[in-house]
Amino acid sequence: MDPKIDVRTESSSMPSSIRTKEGDQWNSKPVSYKMYSKSAQIRLVSSHPEVYEPCDDSFALVDALLADRTNLLEHHPSLCMEVGCGSGYVITSLAIMLGQEVAGVHYIATDINPHAVQVTSETLKAHGVHAEVISTDIASGLERRLSGIVDVMVVNPPYVPTPEDEVGRDGITSAWAGGENGRRVIDRILPIADKLLSDRGWLYMVMLAANNPSQICLAMREKGYASRIIVQRSTEEESLHVVKFWRDSDIQVGAREPTTTSRTTSTTVMESLFSQFPRLAFWRNDNNSY
Amino acid sequence: MRLLTHNMLSCNIKGVTNGFPLRLEVEKFVEKEVDFSAEFLRNIFPKIEWKALVDASRSMGYSQLPDEADSSMLDSDDFLKKFHHALLELHLEEGVLICPETGRRFPVNKGIPNMLLHEDEV
Repeated sequence: MDPKIDVRTESSSMPSSIRTKEGDQWNSKPVSYKMYSKSAQIRLVSSHPEVYEPCDDSFALVDALLADRTNLLEHHPSLCMEVGCGSGYVITSLAIMLGQEVAGVHYIATDINPHAVQVTSETLKAHGVHAEVISTDIASGLERRLSGIVDVMVVNPPYVPTPEDEVGRDGITSAWAGGENGRRVIDRILPIADKLLSDRGWLYMVMLAANNPSQICLAMREKGYASRIIVQRSTEEESLHVVKFWRDSDIQVGAREPTTTSRTTSTTVMESLFSQFPRLAFWRNDNNSY
Repeated sequence: MRLLTHNMLSCNIKGVTNGFPLRLEVEKFVEKEVDFSAEFLRNIFPKIEWKALVDASRSMGYSQLPDEADSSMLDSDDFLKKFHHALLELHLEEGVLICPETGRRFPVNKGIPNMLLHEDEV
């Protein structure tokens, strides 16, 4: 390391200030986050006791977006939306990673928790980026008019399997409580996403293995979406996936004819899904499971 | 809250059919400069309800928008600049959005509209 430069880091690889020595004099210059950051900085993320702080799932989602950043830039989205913005970490990161290079992108963020919209607003401001923040349940009040015009949607939903009565509670519980199989809120979000997404719309969603991702992908396939796992993080207990969905014109939407061909199609779909979700491969042996 | 967002909001109370546009009651607004993108404006123009934008911008003291607009105007720099200003640079910080059908008031605080419904409205 160059002895004349002393770099202070507050997290992995993002310097917060650079000291340079001129003669006997050390001078400290704060490093503009815009120079180094492709995502939000934790130290600039606002917080509140009732608001979900950025965690492994938030980082996984942002990592997935960063991994897909080149595609996103080429895609030139006009409207990007986050459902369930929490601390604002993800929408802020998205605005930072796209904002510098793609002019004319606009961001919308919603959350059902009134503290979260406030915190998100503060986080956005601290990073010098803007998103329209709305306090609402998923996209209630926006659905009619935003129909078919959202180009990118990102969601880190409340996916934890919990008792049903924990779903929809006020405060921070709404950040994780997902009811049976953790699917209660996910299953409400998906049809709304389908309605809002444009023809070239992309959806990035975080889900657990416990949410039955292959079933989700199959249901989305029936609506005409292809899917791909972008990031997968596994621990001994659980496996986190960030899945990207997009409309694929090769996929036939809707009516299935009661012939043997449809069974072959669904078999092919299941095969391709199992290859993406190897932990579920044991189902392959059960002929009656689908 | 930008007027782009206002143009995308409608009353979400169950059973309401005529909930757009929400009427604006302005208590505090600011003007914030936003990077100009002709491409964005041309993309979004077909989705904008023009009269709602005109009325909303007038309630914020901006009356430069023509009463009617069609896509041929998108070739005019002058029009685009006015469209840009009204759509993106006028921010309602404090105020109320009012449902034209029910009169329900949705508050806007610190630029954030609150569309959360009570149990009996869902």
